[in-house]
Amino acid sequence: MKRFVYINDESYQNDYCDNQISNTKYTLWNFLPKNLWEQFRRFMNQYFLLIACLQLWSLITPVNPASTWGPLIVIFAVSATKEAWDDYNRYISDKQANEKKVWIVKNGARKHIQAQDIRVGNIVWIRENEEVPCDLVLTGTSEPQGICHVETAALDGEIDLKTRVIPTTCIGLDSEQLHKIKGVIECPIPDKDIRRFDANIRLFPPFIDNDICPLTINNTLLQSCYLRNTEWACGVAVYTGNETKLGMSRGVPEPKLTAMDAMIDKLTGAIFLFQLAVVVVLGSAGNVWKDTEARKQWYVKYDDDEPWYQILVIPLRFELLCSIMIPISIKVSLDFVKSMYAKFIDWDEEIYDQETDTPAHAANTAISEDLGQVEYILTDKTGTLTENKMIFRRCCIAGTLYGNESGDALKDIELLNAVADNSPHVIKFLTVMALCNTVIPIKSPSGTISYKAQSQDEDALVNAASNLHVVLVSKNGNNAAEIHFNRRVIQYEILDILEFTSDRKRMSIVISDSQSGKIFLLSKGADEAILPLAYCGQQIKTFVDAVDKYAQLGLRTLCLGWRELSLEEYLEWSRLFKEANSALVDREWKVAEVCQKLEHTLDILGISAIEDRLQDGVPETIEILRQSGINFWMLTGDKQSTAIQIALLCNLISSEPKGQLLYINGKTEDEVARSLERVLLTMRITSSEPKELAFVVDGWALEIILTRYKEAFTELAVLSKTAICCRVTPSQKAQLVKLLKSCDYRTLAIGDGGNDVRMIQQAHIGVGISGREGLQAARAADYSIGKFRFLKRLILVHGRYSYNRTAFLSQYSFYKSLLICFIQILFSFVSGIAGTSLFNSVSLMAYNVFYTSIPVLTTVLDKDLSEKTVTQNPEILLYCQAGRLLNPSTFAGWFGRSLYHAIVVFLITIHAYANEKSEMEELSMVALSGSIWLQAFVVTLEMSSFTFLQFLAIWGNFAAFYVINLCISTIPTAGMYTIMFRLCRQPSYWITMLVSITIMFF
Amino acid sequence: FIFDFFNARLHFGCSRMQMYPLEMEGNSNPKTTNKPKYSKFTQQELPACKPLLTPEIVIAAFALIGALFVPIGLASLHASRQVVELVHRYDASCVPVDDKVGFIQNSRTDKTCTVTMTVPKYMKSPIHVYYLIDGFYQNHRRYVRSRSDKQLRYKSAAHLTSDCVPEGDTADHAPIVPCGLVAWSLFNDTYTVRVNGVVTQVNKKDIAWKSDKNNKFGKNIYPSNFQKGRLIGGATLNESIPLSEQEDLIVWMRTAALPTFRKLYGRIEKDINANDNVTVVIQNNYNTYSFGGSKALVLSTASWIGGKNNFIGIAYLTIGGLCLSLAMGFLVLYMVKRRNFGDPSNLSWNR
Repeated sequence: MKRFVYINDESYQNDYCDNQISNTKYTLWNFLPKNLWEQFRRFMNQYFLLIACLQLWSLITPVNPASTWGPLIVIFAVSATKEAWDDYNRYISDKQANEKKVWIVKNGARKHIQAQDIRVGNIVWIRENEEVPCDLVLTGTSEPQGICHVETAALDGEIDLKTRVIPTTCIGLDSEQLHKIKGVIECPIPDKDIRRFDANIRLFPPFIDNDICPLTINNTLLQSCYLRNTEWACGVAVYTGNETKLGMSRGVPEPKLTAMDAMIDKLTGAIFLFQLAVVVVLGSAGNVWKDTEARKQWYVKYDDDEPWYQILVIPLRFELLCSIMIPISIKVSLDFVKSMYAKFIDWDEEIYDQETDTPAHAANTAISEDLGQVEYILTDKTGTLTENKMIFRRCCIAGTLYGNESGDALKDIELLNAVADNSPHVIKFLTVMALCNTVIPIKSPSGTISYKAQSQDEDALVNAASNLHVVLVSKNGNNAAEIHFNRRVIQYEILDILEFTSDRKRMSIVISDSQSGKIFLLSKGADEAILPLAYCGQQIKTFVDAVDKYAQLGLRTLCLGWRELSLEEYLEWSRLFKEANSALVDREWKVAEVCQKLEHTLDILGISAIEDRLQDGVPETIEILRQSGINFWMLTGDKQSTAIQIALLCNLISSEPKGQLLYINGKTEDEVARSLERVLLTMRITSSEPKELAFVVDGWALEIILTRYKEAFTELAVLSKTAICCRVTPSQKAQLVKLLKSCDYRTLAIGDGGNDVRMIQQAHIGVGISGREGLQAARAADYSIGKFRFLKRLILVHGRYSYNRTAFLSQYSFYKSLLICFIQILFSFVSGIAGTSLFNSVSLMAYNVFYTSIPVLTTVLDKDLSEKTVTQNPEILLYCQAGRLLNPSTFAGWFGRSLYHAIVVFLITIHAYANEKSEMEELSMVALSGSIWLQAFVVTLEMSSFTFLQFLAIWGNFAAFYVINLCISTIPTAGMYTIMFRLCRQPSYWITMLVSITIMFF
Repeated sequence: FIFDFFNARLHFGCSRMQMYPLEMEGNSNPKTTNKPKYSKFTQQELPACKPLLTPEIVIAAFALIGALFVPIGLASLHASRQVVELVHRYDASCVPVDDKVGFIQNSRTDKTCTVTMTVPKYMKSPIHVYYLIDGFYQNHRRYVRSRSDKQLRYKSAAHLTSDCVPEGDTADHAPIVPCGLVAWSLFNDTYTVRVNGVVTQVNKKDIAWKSDKNNKFGKNIYPSNFQKGRLIGGATLNESIPLSEQEDLIVWMRTAALPTFRKLYGRIEKDINANDNVTVVIQNNYNTYSFGGSKALVLSTASWIGGKNNFIGIAYLTIGGLCLSLAMGFLVLYMVKRRNFGDPSNLSWNR
């Protein structure tokens, strides 16, 4: 499917949407039904609605319907209000964006209109620092070279300026002509890929010959970007409104469900089944009793001929009586504590990174408990374990290794001498370093040159070259580049850029020397992507050795090469390249194919080695997290030897006697299969020994394994605590996460770059490091932190506390609901199994949503062990990982506890308040106070540390119970008028309370 | 290269040191920073007390509870034993053995019945006279809700009988006051007490809660259409006395929570000596026979704990004893098999 955009053509009517942005979920009219519909999609809400509706039938309701409708409406209103408020804010910001004035060209003249009236095909003018209102194809800028700078932070979170260029056919058009420009743009239908725009433009005469010019993402200005450092720019609207790249990529990500939530859901289901069983049993028992006994009770006056539905009345009454088994407050309580956990992460000073001024942030507020249950951590290497602060350290040029002694090639006298002597190899090497990249030099007014690079490696290379007197001075748009070398100015014309992709693992650039007119291909890339391209006969052994040597030092190596091209060869190839670049389908693949045609028989110039230091505290963090039983997998795009070296440095693997590294390698399927088999065998044999085993696999073998030998690999994954996967692509990273997830492990993926986004989104918990590679990973992640070492605190402190707290809160919520429910059930045995409620409506409602919900919320402040103790004994995390605090058996414990407490409270109450004291209101109040006393003490007993807030909540709530009930006791119309006063005057009431609470000690 | 790595770490240490002066500079000129604001709450560092359940504390707690509970138990038990209580079940002896139900439902039979009791101990006035009914479900859902509190309270609410089914209105749709099953089934046995042959007044004033008389039952509401239906439930009411003075009704309408209950019939405001003969002439009108319930007459004095009830005393003594023995047991364990507190070698992963 394609879209044809006719530029500036009023006569051509298109039916594409206008530029009205709408982020709102609701309109004024559909808010209520839509919001209710959304809320009622949850099982719990449906359940509560059913209960509330049943309560409207006064024949069966044991209590006032208000006791369920009240909380239900409050809960719904709270959620709805929150939604409405969010939506209203979205509406306001949409409105602002929609009503912003923009300049467009209409009938050959500029006109001021509202942003929402932009139509596809309009030419839009933007001035400096203005926001781009819709997706535009650039046609003109104020800069003579046809470039402009944009900030794309709102789109991808990256804060560096990006250069956008106008398509070649539009170069040289002046402002006058731009008003009259006519043509057609052929582009794909709207999609959400912000890195791709495979389109063509063809201008109509008289502007240019009927030539098709390819467009890429570099020719676009996308909605929400800001124009910077450029006076003005103009472009043709191609996507508008919600069809822009930004609009399409909007959307709510799939909500992640924690293991705990899943368990709570399961337990809720179990309680529901239990409730149904109780209803069936008691309902039938009630019907039997009614027919055998109650008919003899003349004072009950049952009719002899009843309608058929009477048989349902008693079971339904029990259903309503038991409906409180599932606590209505649990969802609200959980939401509250979860958002508090997230806030505590945001607020935590200790995981604030001073260096980059980044605090930790929990973007996903619902999954903190999962942090405490992590079993596998899959980590990226560059930028995650290391600092991603690249420094050029060593190099090997034409067989000579520089920087070996001092560890810094820039200070190596030999190299400096070679540069001074104009050694041709060295000069070539440095020229490639300076030119073969996508770095933008920016000249400040004072004359100093700084570089804007998207890749840290390139930045390091260009800076090193400039230190060695080969200075990249300027680079203009898509062609000219200028290099200063020893006060000599050398002009180059950049003809083509063969971009880097993670599949190709190399990039090249075609330049022509402006003086000599010679054309060169400059390439750089991973050694295995470049070295095989060496011309026949070149001795590459020294380079291979150098690569090995550097890799063992943990340095990142890049291989540089070049080749002179003949004009014919270039022209021939250039045509193909252009063709591939204008392809609308499979462009990336086609371009790669064409690039390969040029990149061969290279003259290998040398190897550069770049150091990427380990981040502070990485080895200790890994050590502690491994002690706590978390398994680490390192997934990196780097080569095997570098990866292993880094892994050794950061305690991920141990060297020989203590640990053993098993390699899975091979080029063909058979080799890989055999290798895998062998490793698996070794793993199985040694799994009982206390030896630290780890396996290493590279991307190539992994591809074969994941498609062919998934089962064997899964077994290996289960057996192995540590793994290093090198040379892996982003999709392989995600696949590995998926594999571990399929084995029922809780996975955490941590990374910093765009290549980690997929694995971060795939994992149960995604952690992004807001690093130098931009914020892409951090924005996609559930948690973003500044440094790897903060992971320790995130997991051991925040994760663990969250898990413990939620485990208590959720089980307690069920316990207290079950307690009151069991008392009701027990009471039904002494009230003729007719479904009489012992408690009045107000008490029941207040018990669930107030008396027992408030104190337990302070569990967010509870700390069972101090942070220090946990960090010293990280093994304690095992309790969370294995889910020992919330599982069916602990839940059964709470269930039994509630049954036991209910029996005790009930028996004590009916015996202490027997005979002349067995008045309904009084007895119900005694049972309720007994439960409240128990609650206060159970919460006190279960919490480990008490701040004043906890004291306040527990005992303040306790006091509030008495104050509230005393107040109600003064209302003459209330059922419990004077009851509380009477009780408080009786010594036997207090004695009964005291004996009730001692029960919990047994 | 290990040396190299070391160097790097050292270097890093230095660079961190240098950051402090920088930071101070930042403080002097207000620079925006994303650093979270420090407070004890946000850092989860609020001062907290952490009570640890050490063996010492547990032993002390149990001993304390035991020491507290045993005296309370003894006091309660003593109070309960001070109460003199006479219970005389009369439902079986007051009717012919065959066809009890027929006898009780026949309005023409003479239902007078005399019972005699001997008082075992001196009873100090006031002596409460209760009727005890067993097997009567005043808490049955159909029964307990069959009343209209508004009607009992407000004159204008006489017609509010919708909750009172099936005793709401008469056949010709006139509202019954007081309506509902509870009022309809009002207890109607009467007792005449003689002590040693002397008629003794049973005071039936102030047997209901004062709050009920004042606020729940209207002073200007008189019974109407009551017990006029085909089926007579229990007692009839004097239509010239307002509901607030119908104390038997008020007592009855304080429904009992349990199927066995006592309700106050009246008080004897005269002491009764030991071995005195108490003769009670009972009008045995109330039907507990059709559902197999029982009736009894109770004479009882009261103490601070209320009527005779050994339960609390026994419960306290049991729990107190249990706590004391647990404290002893723990103490022995603590002496014999002592364990270092907070010894990490006891952790499961260190063993």
